[in-house]
Amino acid sequence: MMNPQMVMYEEELAQIQAITDKLLRDSRSQTILVVDKNGQMIVTSGGSTDLDTTSLSSLVAGNVAATGGIAQVIREDEFTGQFHEGKDISVHMTLVARRIILVVLFGKETTHGLVRLRVRKAIGDLTAVFEALERKAATQSPQQNVFAEITDDDIDNLFND
Amino acid sequence: MSFINYSAREINCKLVYYGPGLCGKTTNLQFIYTKTKEDAKGKMISLATETERTLFFDFLPLNLGSIRGFKTRFHLYTVPGQVFYDASRKLILKGVDGVCFVADSQEERMEANIESLDNLRYNLEEQGYNLDELPYVIQYNKRDLPNAMPIPELSEMLNPNRVPEYEAAAVDGTGVFETLKALAKQVLNELRKGST
Repeated sequence: MMNPQMVMYEEELAQIQAITDKLLRDSRSQTILVVDKNGQMIVTSGGSTDLDTTSLSSLVAGNVAATGGIAQVIREDEFTGQFHEGKDISVHMTLVARRIILVVLFGKETTHGLVRLRVRKAIGDLTAVFEALERKAATQSPQQNVFAEITDDDIDNLFND
Repeated sequence: MSFINYSAREINCKLVYYGPGLCGKTTNLQFIYTKTKEDAKGKMISLATETERTLFFDFLPLNLGSIRGFKTRFHLYTVPGQVFYDASRKLILKGVDGVCFVADSQEERMEANIESLDNLRYNLEEQGYNLDELPYVIQYNKRDLPNAMPIPELSEMLNPNRVPEYEAAAVDGTGVFETLKALAKQVLNELRKGST
């Protein structure tokens, strides 16, 4: 396959969660999402349970993809950051390690400046985790992959509704 | 590019519905949305113009159930079919795990079908994919219309490699789930192959 699968393990997920939980506190923001560029949500911190994170992730990825498209047209390498200012909630999005999007939703309890400052620190930490994750996924032995054991019946059973 | 989350025990895959303008890609997703149980689907998002033409994409997340303890999630996307939205189509193909080409069976749309299929192949190649190596199905939509061309003729022009093909009338749902299931199965099979 051209693109290797993205794989997430317990250990790295806990590290990412710890980074975003810290960022949530330090930046005094409301919700943080870590989304991959294809719109799959990886981690959330904070936020109310009724927030539709699946929709949000897909729209954020669409937005970042469109902005990346604009960058290409004007021959810019990429736009690493985006900011949408709302009346009550604003959104700060940053590309991390070229494949992950860090999304911070914040309100009046904080300022854009503080969010940007804290995000900058978190990006360094997240980049290290995702780089380590990529190396780990590349060296993972195939025997450990659960999908090798999937049978035709398993797949058929999914559709018996 | 599927996303396997060992921690949450989830597999996420991206399926894209491609095809010429007004061939029924959004209608496919709308039917799947209306017929899927509440707990198995998320919100359907349509980024459309005021005249209900897809501007960027439609998005529908589906939970198909568990396989060996892993929740399988499929993210269904459509592309905007109109020719001038090509830049958007390219973006949506990024990270795709499987493609459904929705062809319009009407005789007068044959040229648009061929053009869109060429465009699909070209845009995939630009992203480093080869359509012949991807999970891929074809759906001949609008079989309910009187000017629908015979299947052998459509097949000859649009399906030279004999990938799985399905007849459909997405407005009443005929063939919609058959197409989706066939594609989802191919994607899961590909995951299995990729792991051995």
